[in-house]
Amino acid sequence: MEEVLRGTWVVWYRELIRFVQERSRMFSSFAMPLLFLVIFGAGFNRIIGAITPGVNFVQFLFPGIIAMNTLTNSVMSGLSVVWDREFGFLKEILVAPLGRSGIVLGKALGSATIAVAQGIIMLALAPMLGVSLTPMLVLKLIPMLAVLSISLSGLGVLIASRMRSQQGFQIIVQAIIFPLIFVSGVFFPVNNVPTWLAVISKLNPLTYGVGAIRDLFLGGGAMPVGVANPIGVTVLGHTMSIKEDMLIVAVFGAIMLAVAVWAFNKQD
Amino acid sequence: MNVIEVEELTRNFGRLAAVDKVSFNVPEGEIFGFLGPNGAGKTTTMNMLCTLLRPHGGRATVGGYDIVKQRSEVRCAIGMVFQDPTLDEYLTAEQNLRFHAYAYNVPREVREKRIGELLDLVDLSDRRKSKVRTFSGGMKRRLEIARGLLHSPRVLFLDEPTLGLDPQTRRHIWDHIMALREQHTLTIFMTTHYMDESENCDRISIIDRGRIIALDTPGKLKDALGGDVVTLKAEDNDAAARELKEKFGLSPALQNGNITFSVPQGDKFLPKLVGNFDSPLVSLGVRRPTLDDVFLKLTGRAIREEGEAGLKEQMKGMMRGMRGHGR
Repeated sequence: MEEVLRGTWVVWYRELIRFVQERSRMFSSFAMPLLFLVIFGAGFNRIIGAITPGVNFVQFLFPGIIAMNTLTNSVMSGLSVVWDREFGFLKEILVAPLGRSGIVLGKALGSATIAVAQGIIMLALAPMLGVSLTPMLVLKLIPMLAVLSISLSGLGVLIASRMRSQQGFQIIVQAIIFPLIFVSGVFFPVNNVPTWLAVISKLNPLTYGVGAIRDLFLGGGAMPVGVANPIGVTVLGHTMSIKEDMLIVAVFGAIMLAVAVWAFNKQD
Repeated sequence: MNVIEVEELTRNFGRLAAVDKVSFNVPEGEIFGFLGPNGAGKTTTMNMLCTLLRPHGGRATVGGYDIVKQRSEVRCAIGMVFQDPTLDEYLTAEQNLRFHAYAYNVPREVREKRIGELLDLVDLSDRRKSKVRTFSGGMKRRLEIARGLLHSPRVLFLDEPTLGLDPQTRRHIWDHIMALREQHTLTIFMTTHYMDESENCDRISIIDRGRIIALDTPGKLKDALGGDVVTLKAEDNDAAARELKEKFGLSPALQNGNITFSVPQGDKFLPKLVGNFDSPLVSLGVRRPTLDDVFLKLTGRAIREEGEAGLKEQMKGMMRGMRGHGR
C-alpha cells in the first residue's frame, strides 16, 4: 500500500515538474481550444442565433471547449508513458520499489491537476463572452474536471500500455479518440441531430462529461413540454442531471483505470 | 556471505533459450563480471535479477530476497545502470537524483547530503543544475552511476557501463567504479563484452549462447591456458630453435618468421634466456594470454565474431521476443 502511494506521489510530482518546465507545451495546450472558440464562434454565432433563450452559440460552445480541452489533454497524457518507454525513463520507474497501480494513478492525477488548472485559467474568458460565473460554479467545476480528466487519463494510459512508439499512439488517438470527442456534443446539441448521430453520441461516455459541464454553466432553464432541451443529454426521454452524467463518467473512468492498471501490470 | 545466489535460472524467448540453466554465486564486496558476445544472455540474466523479467525456470536471490516472491525487497537492495540511458533528459541532474530519492524513500535528513556527495564522486557537481539533455554520453553514464548508488544499495548492476564511450571516457568510468570499491562494502555485478575491462573484475563468468562456460578469477582463467606466450626472432631462426630445444627443453614453433613458445612464468624465464643465449637476437617479446585467448579456446570462436549469420538471426529473434515481452 505504501508503495502504491509513493508511486502515485513521485509520478504525479514528475508530471508537474515536466509540465511547468515545458512552457511551449503550456502555451500550445491553450492554442487549440482558443482557436476553436474564436474561429467557430465568429463564424457561426450570427447564423445560428440563440440555442436556447438567452444563450448564443459562443456561450453554448464555451463550456464544451473547456470540456474538450480536458478530454484531449488527459488522453494525450498517455503519450508521456510511451515517451518514457522510448527514452528509457520508464525502466527507472519500473525497477524502483513502487506499486504499479500507483504509477498509473500518478499519471492520472498529474493530468487531472494540469487539466483543472487549465480549466480555471480558461474561465478568464467568461466575462468577455457574456457567460456569468459564480464562486459556486467554480467550486463545482473543479471536481468535475478532475473526474473527467482522471477517467480519460485512464484511457490514455491504457492505450499507451500497448504502444511502443509515439506515432502509433498518436494514430490511435486521432483515429478513435478525436472522433469520440467530436461526437460528444462539444460543437452541437446532441438532442437535435439525426438518429444515427444521436445513437453514437449517447453511447459515447464522453458525451455525459461534456453534458454535465455545459449543464453547470447554462443549465436550469425550463423548456416547453415536447421540445428537446439542447443543453442537457436526453436518453430515452429522460434528461440527465449533472449528478447522473458524472456518475456515468466516474464509472467509465473506474473501468478504464482498472483495465489500465491490469494492462500495465501484465507487461513482463 | 553470498549476496547473489542463482540456481539453474532459465528464460526462453520463443523456442530460443536466451538463458539456459545458469547457476553462480557472488559473495559480498566482489566485482563480478559477466563476459560474452552480444546476444549471449547477459542482459536477460540481469533483467531477471533486477525483477524486470520473470524467469521461466530456476530460482535466484539478491541480498537474500527471492527475485520472484520478494520483488520490492529486491528492488530496494539494488541499484541499476542499464545499457541504454534511463534518465529524464528534460530534468536537471539534481532533479533526476531527487526523483530517485523520493522513489526509493531516501530519508529527508540524508537526501540532499548524499546527492551532493555522489555528484562529487562522479565529478558532476558543477553541472548540478544543468538539464541532462546537454550532457555527453560519458556524463550521463556517470550520473546514472551516482543515481544507482543514491539509496545505498547492496548490489550495483552495471549493464555494459562503458558501451559506446570513447577510450578516455571508458577509463574515467572505470576509475569511478574502482573508487567505489574502496568507499563501500558494495557488490558490483557487471556485464561487458570488452575483454580488457573484464580483467578488472575479481571474478568473471564467461557466458555463451545462454550458458556459463567458465567462471574464475581472470588470472586463473588465463593460467589454465598454460602460462605466458614468448615470441622471439633471431638472425638465424633455425639455429635459435635448436638452441632452445637443447638448452631449455622447449618445443618452439616457427610462425610467420617468428619463434613462439609457452612458458609457465614468462617474466622469470626471459632473464635466464637473455643471460645465456648464444644466437644473436633481433627481437624478443612476452605477453600474458588474454581473455580473448581463453574465449577462443573454450568456444573455438573469437568473442567479436558478431557478423556470423546464425548468431545475427538468434539476436533478431531475441530482440523481437524482448519487444513483445519487454516494456
